[in-house]
Amino acid sequence: MSYQWDILGEEGLQFFGKMSASISHEIKNVLAVVNENAGLIQDLIYMHEKGMPIDPEQLKSVSQMITKQVKRADTIMKNMSKFAHSTDQLIKTESVSVNDILDVVTNLANRFADMREITLEKIPFDEPIKIKTNPFFLENLIWLCFDFAMDATGPERTVRLLAKEIDNSAQITFSQLGSLPVMPLETFHGKRVEALLSALQGDITVDTQAGTLSISLPV
Amino acid sequence: MRILLVDDEGELVSTLAERLSFRGIDADWVTSGEEALKKAETETYDLAVLDVKMPRISGIQLKGMLEVKYPDMKFIFMTGHGSEDDFRAGSSKAYYLVKPINIEALVSKINEVLKD
Repeated sequence: MSYQWDILGEEGLQFFGKMSASISHEIKNVLAVVNENAGLIQDLIYMHEKGMPIDPEQLKSVSQMITKQVKRADTIMKNMSKFAHSTDQLIKTESVSVNDILDVVTNLANRFADMREITLEKIPFDEPIKIKTNPFFLENLIWLCFDFAMDATGPERTVRLLAKEIDNSAQITFSQLGSLPVMPLETFHGKRVEALLSALQGDITVDTQAGTLSISLPV
Repeated sequence: MRILLVDDEGELVSTLAERLSFRGIDADWVTSGEEALKKAETETYDLAVLDVKMPRISGIQLKGMLEVKYPDMKFIFMTGHGSEDDFRAGSSKAYYLVKPINIEALVSKINEVLKD
């Protein structure tokens, strides 16, 4: 294995681990809510056995809350499944939808954004963009950009994300980065990003005046 | 006994508060550190049950802020960490519970902390 593959392997494992930990934390929260509502039903039954009437409206509300949490868990697990399957073909590249990849990473990044009180705003694309690339490496690169962009966001606390196809390249742009002029760019554009860009044959441009960071990838 | 539950999962703390009330424990709930600080200004609490990970003010930070203002207040942490052993390894905090929480374990922990 080359030095570049060592970096990609280490970075990839860290990325996968960080996302898995975040997902497990979110699922724990879902289970905690379901657990309390199941417990509440048990409490109500116990009190009913002691002579207290059960209010059907309360049972309905508990049931709705459990259903809502089951839907929440289902959404989390569907996204996790897509994320996990992006590692299926690590060496061989395949034709993937940039839209789908951005959906997966945005969903994963949302919890981190919530903790930092930042809104991630994905602007709908006009046309679907298909590129031949390694989906996991691309997800990893987009995450590193998200992580940096969340630190670089301005007073609006919003990171706007736009993807479009320009001159045979797919461009993913993170904007509203008002703090870019004071950000230490060298800490972001290090060995990890370089190794991912090299593997993806991509490029990153940062415009501190416009407050944007763009990834370009060959279509 | 009056306790304050703080977790950004509103549906968790509201249900927990209701279940504690069935067990004779008077519990208020809020979903952020800021709300907890405001609530503590108007009510007196013997104990606060805090989620470790919350936006803006974490449970650990909130404990620091509350204990400066209310030195007699006691604390229990709730965490979504994988297992109790993980949390034990990562923290020296004596009072904690791992989600999903067992209500009887919480009641017993509340009694234990308040006796301490």
